[in-house]
Amino acid sequence: MSALIRLTEVGKRYAGAAALQPTNLSIERGKTTVLIGPSGCGKSTLLRLIIRLIQPDSGSIQFDGEAITAENIDTLRRRIGYVIQEGGLFPHLTARANVVLMARHVGKSHEEVHTRLLEMCELARFSNNLLPRYPAELSGGQRQRVSLMRALMLSPELLLLDEPLGALDPLVRASLQKDLKEIFARLQQTVLFVTHDLAEAIYFGDEIVLMNEGRIVQKGSVTELREKPADPFVSEFINAQRGLASL
Amino acid sequence: MNRVRKARKEGTAESGNQESRKEDSSIPFVLVSWLADFLLIFSCLPVFLIHSASAAPVVIGSKKFTESYVLGEIAKRTLTDAGIPAEHRQGMGGTIILWQALRGEQIDLYAEYTGTIVQEILKTDRPLSLGEIRDSLAKFGVGMTEPLGFNNTYALVMRRSEAQQLGVRTISDLQKYPELKIGLTHEFLDRQDGWQPLRERYALPQQNVIGINHALGYSALANGSIDIKDAYSTDAKIEQNDLTVLNDDLQYFPKYEAVFLFRLSTPTDATAALRKLEATLDEKRMVRLNAEAEQTKNYTRAADLYFERGAGSRNSVGESFPHKLARWTLRHLQLAGFSLLLSVVFGIPLGIVASRGGPIGQTILGFASIVQTIPSLALLALLVPIPFFGISVRTAIAALFLYGLLPIVRNTASGLQDIPRSLRESAIALGLSPITRLWEIYLPMASRSILSGIKTSAVINIGTATLAALIGAGGLGEPILSGLDLNDRVTILQGAIPAALLALLVQWFFDLLDRVLIPKGLRV
Repeated sequence: MSALIRLTEVGKRYAGAAALQPTNLSIERGKTTVLIGPSGCGKSTLLRLIIRLIQPDSGSIQFDGEAITAENIDTLRRRIGYVIQEGGLFPHLTARANVVLMARHVGKSHEEVHTRLLEMCELARFSNNLLPRYPAELSGGQRQRVSLMRALMLSPELLLLDEPLGALDPLVRASLQKDLKEIFARLQQTVLFVTHDLAEAIYFGDEIVLMNEGRIVQKGSVTELREKPADPFVSEFINAQRGLASL
Repeated sequence: MNRVRKARKEGTAESGNQESRKEDSSIPFVLVSWLADFLLIFSCLPVFLIHSASAAPVVIGSKKFTESYVLGEIAKRTLTDAGIPAEHRQGMGGTIILWQALRGEQIDLYAEYTGTIVQEILKTDRPLSLGEIRDSLAKFGVGMTEPLGFNNTYALVMRRSEAQQLGVRTISDLQKYPELKIGLTHEFLDRQDGWQPLRERYALPQQNVIGINHALGYSALANGSIDIKDAYSTDAKIEQNDLTVLNDDLQYFPKYEAVFLFRLSTPTDATAALRKLEATLDEKRMVRLNAEAEQTKNYTRAADLYFERGAGSRNSVGESFPHKLARWTLRHLQLAGFSLLLSVVFGIPLGIVASRGGPIGQTILGFASIVQTIPSLALLALLVPIPFFGISVRTAIAALFLYGLLPIVRNTASGLQDIPRSLRESAIALGLSPITRLWEIYLPMASRSILSGIKTSAVINIGTATLAALIGAGGLGEPILSGLDLNDRVTILQGAIPAALLALLVQWFFDLLDRVLIPKGLRV
């Protein structure tokens, strides 16, 4: 099976400093790929380059064999779901309006939108009764569920998650992790998941991509990372997190 | 019809080769005339919205002082009695404003003084005969009646008691008292035949010279804040305040004989009616009419005195207070409302552009801020000489529109800039088109800030609209200004209190509007 996303020598600099050094990466279909690394390592930059919130200085990004350009990005964005840490829900719209916004924009029929909305509620375990509420009237976990529903509404081929659970308390976080994993499996969803938490990476990741200082240090399963570290940073990162977890 | 055809024939016969030239330039000419028509229609739009259209009456203007008001009313009455519809736009401003309004066809006639015509309009130092004045005015398409009969020259006045105590009888006598304080109207200070040459002619030593409103100057004179002021020799206040007119011993002041100026295109039946007023008003009679007008604040009634009707016999001519108040308030709301609408229509798009920053955004915000720093009076004065504007409701609306712009532009820009980056990016990442992002996401999120900008503009406009009366655009400023002119507090309050209430009402209305227009999700 071919890669859904392929980055070829993609680089990005901010004010002279490299946020992402020229990088190659393939995201396989149907798998969850986790980008992990310390703050500022370039993992969010990589995600934002794919959805073209920022433009690469060099290299090219292909989506399903097609190079992503300024011209086709608006169409491609409808095939990509994007969830950020704070949810990114629009405060002036109800949960329902947030979820159906894009479906309505592309001109889907009322019935179609409604059926899909109920499917999404069921999938994300979000109560119908909460749909008329505004984001400010929902809990953090509920907001992330709505954000996920919004991202999945148009059945995107790719789901981008930028630390989606980072702002939640541990109990809510655990239950959402479990639900998310089930959803990905059920939909056979291609997911690119950014986190700085190793346990979360191991839990979700079919493939783990460890980044540091704007470049990919190692890519592989957690076992490979643990047993065949590409350089000392890999062991250091894994041991530091494991040490904390064993407390 | 015959005459027109004949004239056209003569034109063709006389200038055969001019005809061909005319054809060459016909396309640009048609374009220009089409453009002119378009501008005319556009420029009339605000006026149409405000005036209910009717047969064009003869429009009479008057300057901002009692005598001019009274003469305006007399002219109106004369025309109306002759069966010619007439309208009087009271207290439009000073000489230059009235002269420009006359030439710009915003008014058809107004009362003027020969001395003022020579010095201020024709701008010559040489004394001119009436015939010479008439010939010079004709070049501007303006005609002049014979003198109405009185000479209202400028004069310097003092308190009678102080003049007797110091032994001052003539203007030359003032040389001995350099410590006297002088308060002059702004017009007299600036006139070519005003203070500067007067001071030179008489070698006056006084240093303490201030500019003060004419009516307020009388109060200042009465309470001793100033010792000398300028006045008109037919001023009713001279008798009322026990003042003495200083003798113009060097014959400095030219003759100021009252006449009517009218556009030569004014219908002849109107000018014929007007000419019946020639040589019918002597100084004593004018002083009496002025005094009546100042005491009763009713210019129509004072004008009626001229027609020998009893002062209190008929009150049907005077407008009742509730009716006047309704008229002022309605006009005030029209001025503020229409200008606010324009500010919103232009301000929000400008604010959207400004929110993107860069040189264009900086320029927009800079321009709007600069406009805000121009004093409102100066802004009106700047707009008046522009042909499109002149003395009109248009000018008032344009000035108010410019004032209302900054709060809306700034609040729209800052409201949009305050939207968190994460939410902007979410809208982009969803794949919404730029228009949809703006219309359905960004503007609703900035609605609170935008609405508060509109509210600020509305309240500012209600306040500033009182100045519209300065250029004859009416509104609640009308009683405030005439109250100031006549030094009459009650009249001032008749405008000031409703204006303040209106501002409160508008504030309250917008608070209510907030609840309707700001999305509920932003108020949780």
